[in-house]
Amino acid sequence: MSDLENFRQEIRAWLEENCPAEMRQPVRDEDDVCWGGRHFEFKSEAQKAWLERCAARGYTVPDWPKAYGGAGMSAAEAKVWRDEMARINARPPLSSFGIWMLGPALLKFGTEEQKVHYLGQIARGEIRWCQGYSEPGSGSDLVSLQTYGEDKGDHWVVNGSKIWTSYANKADWIFCLVRTDKANKYQGISFLLFDMESPGVSTKPILLISGNSPFCETFFDNVIVPKDQIVGELNRGWDVAKYLLGHEREMISSTGGGDRAGSLGAAVSRAAALEDPVLRAELALFDVDALAFTAMSEKFMDEVKVGRGHPAQPNMMKYAGTELNKRRLELVMAAGGSAALEWDSEASGGGSNARNWLRTKANSIEGGTSEVMLNVISKRILDLPGA
Amino acid sequence: MPLYHTEDQTMLADTARQFMADEGAISKQLRHWRDSGCKDGFGHDLWKSLAELGFTGILVGEEDGGLGMGHVEAGIVLEEIGRNLTPSPFLTSAVAAATALGAGSKDLKGRYLPGLLSGDSVFAVAIDEGRKHRPERIATRAERSGNGFRLNGSKTFVIHGGSADMLVVAARTAGGDEDADGVTLFAVPKDASGLSQDAVKLVDSSIATHVRLDNVQLDADAVIGEVDGGRVILDRVLNAGRVGAAAESVGVAGGAFDMTTTYLKQRKQFGKLIGEFQALQHRAAHLYSEIEIARAATIKAQQLLDAGSEKAELMVSVAKAKAGQAAGLAVREGVQMHGGIGMTDEYDIGLYMKRDRALAEFMGDHYYHAQRVAQLSGY
Repeated sequence: MSDLENFRQEIRAWLEENCPAEMRQPVRDEDDVCWGGRHFEFKSEAQKAWLERCAARGYTVPDWPKAYGGAGMSAAEAKVWRDEMARINARPPLSSFGIWMLGPALLKFGTEEQKVHYLGQIARGEIRWCQGYSEPGSGSDLVSLQTYGEDKGDHWVVNGSKIWTSYANKADWIFCLVRTDKANKYQGISFLLFDMESPGVSTKPILLISGNSPFCETFFDNVIVPKDQIVGELNRGWDVAKYLLGHEREMISSTGGGDRAGSLGAAVSRAAALEDPVLRAELALFDVDALAFTAMSEKFMDEVKVGRGHPAQPNMMKYAGTELNKRRLELVMAAGGSAALEWDSEASGGGSNARNWLRTKANSIEGGTSEVMLNVISKRILDLPGA
Repeated sequence: MPLYHTEDQTMLADTARQFMADEGAISKQLRHWRDSGCKDGFGHDLWKSLAELGFTGILVGEEDGGLGMGHVEAGIVLEEIGRNLTPSPFLTSAVAAATALGAGSKDLKGRYLPGLLSGDSVFAVAIDEGRKHRPERIATRAERSGNGFRLNGSKTFVIHGGSADMLVVAARTAGGDEDADGVTLFAVPKDASGLSQDAVKLVDSSIATHVRLDNVQLDADAVIGEVDGGRVILDRVLNAGRVGAAAESVGVAGGAFDMTTTYLKQRKQFGKLIGEFQALQHRAAHLYSEIEIARAATIKAQQLLDAGSEKAELMVSVAKAKAGQAAGLAVREGVQMHGGIGMTDEYDIGLYMKRDRALAEFMGDHYYHAQRVAQLSGY
């Protein structure tokens, strides 16, 4: 038996032993997601045990080095881990912006001390992070951001505000883009980390059209941030941000049509007979695009692993994936008819179709709009003039 | 298997790209044969060169003197054929007919494969009977007669039929027109008595025929595979032809796209390069995205087919539909972004539009394949 096959048997046995039955049920709603953090209320003992067991072995971040709380798995081993998790429909033990976004940035730009300290906390689910990027006046034109950190010797004093900060009201710490040089647009931004319980930080949830409030406005009023809480060099935070945006775009694109297994047409026709041939045709054309995009996602990940592919390709994935997901939910609504309009009935799962449909409209706005993605493709991949 | 080319495949792609850009170029092949009114619509010298490179034996087993490679490799050649609009019987002979012959007897292989491997023979496949691809319905009849069969019926859209030394004909030996079973494939030599063909030039300057089978008498050894058991071979031929056509479409799309982005960087209006206009940039970027996705779907389908996966059929239809749509968008945007010059015969972009139109119909357009995706998905 190959080493990898041995490894698979080990993982399989460990999962069999340690993954609670409840954690092998599909994620039904937001409450089923384990975000971790200081104030996280576990929905069940099983959810808590699952996190603790995985964290103890580094399985929340299987491919991070052991020194930083991971399991030190190779790419091939991590794939085995994902495959085996998928085989038993295991839920992720921990979902976190720390894992998806800050972690990769720290691995690339952090000091050794920062890696040991922050990555360990992330891996164990102790600290829940949020991302402070967009501002009221800086959306697509992110680099125009105004939140200012005044240099006070051993610390900065941060003033300003952020918007669309996901789960800021539930987060423990923030990674935040702060202007530290007003004279330099691109090279005047620093990437700072600070505690959301710091004096002067406040948040206000924003009610969205979906009826949910996943985003907040976040205000900074003379917030003190010690100098060792910077990632990367002073005024070079834009490099970190760009690197991280690549990760965010990958993440959002992977939530697009791609990773949803199976055919949308088959799923909606199981719920109710498809009587409209034109709608059926639309579903068939959608399934063609969705299956093709699944292949694209697979190809993209294969190429990322070996450093092939264009560095700006995540922008294309983000564009195509989010547009596809919006189309998916338009079709879900059309197929659902009046039943999909129900907003809070039990039968509709609290209006899950309608709310998801509205939620997807943000897919092509957050993390860089589709229009910005097309700009980036034009400039960096197609090399079109003046783009 | 990762969804990118191996080192060997990359080398093959380099060879094919270089060769087709030099020898298969539009001015040397497509325009040359079109403008000289060639009855075949392609050049036999080029076909022999493809054979010398080993390309015609890509899908022929090593035991039969071929390279014993797969659909990924055949697709590599087809993408370059598509990019250069190179007219050749590669898809019909070295992909579709070669796949059929792969299921044939030793005798049939011995009769036909050497000519394919040397580039001396051309083959065609005669499947369609109506205006649209609908291989589920085979009405052409083959009745037992003497020690063989007598064929009656008609076939349409037989690409290179008039140039072919042998036609692979799908006929019915049992059951009703719509039955899945009861189909048999025959290798019909061009000089079989009762076989007549009317040649028609198509929009892309390729030559197809309408085939009439009027009491065509064949010996039993003309049967490819089992009598009444031809559907499984036909499906194999269709999968091969469809994924091959998808690869060629990706090449057509890529060629049209490259021409168009080059033009966007050269053409000036209102004192600016037109590629500076965001209205065009976004459309070009969207098109790029569609072509990339089509290429990924096509490689996935090729790999699944080569691996003998049961999911191959679904993915082949996805690839044919997606590549057809991406190429369609590429040629329409190509002509529009070229403006008036895109409407001229002198400029090549219009040739891409014509080729795309013909390729889209070959073995099923995106409507047909989306329908198939729905059926295979159970709705």
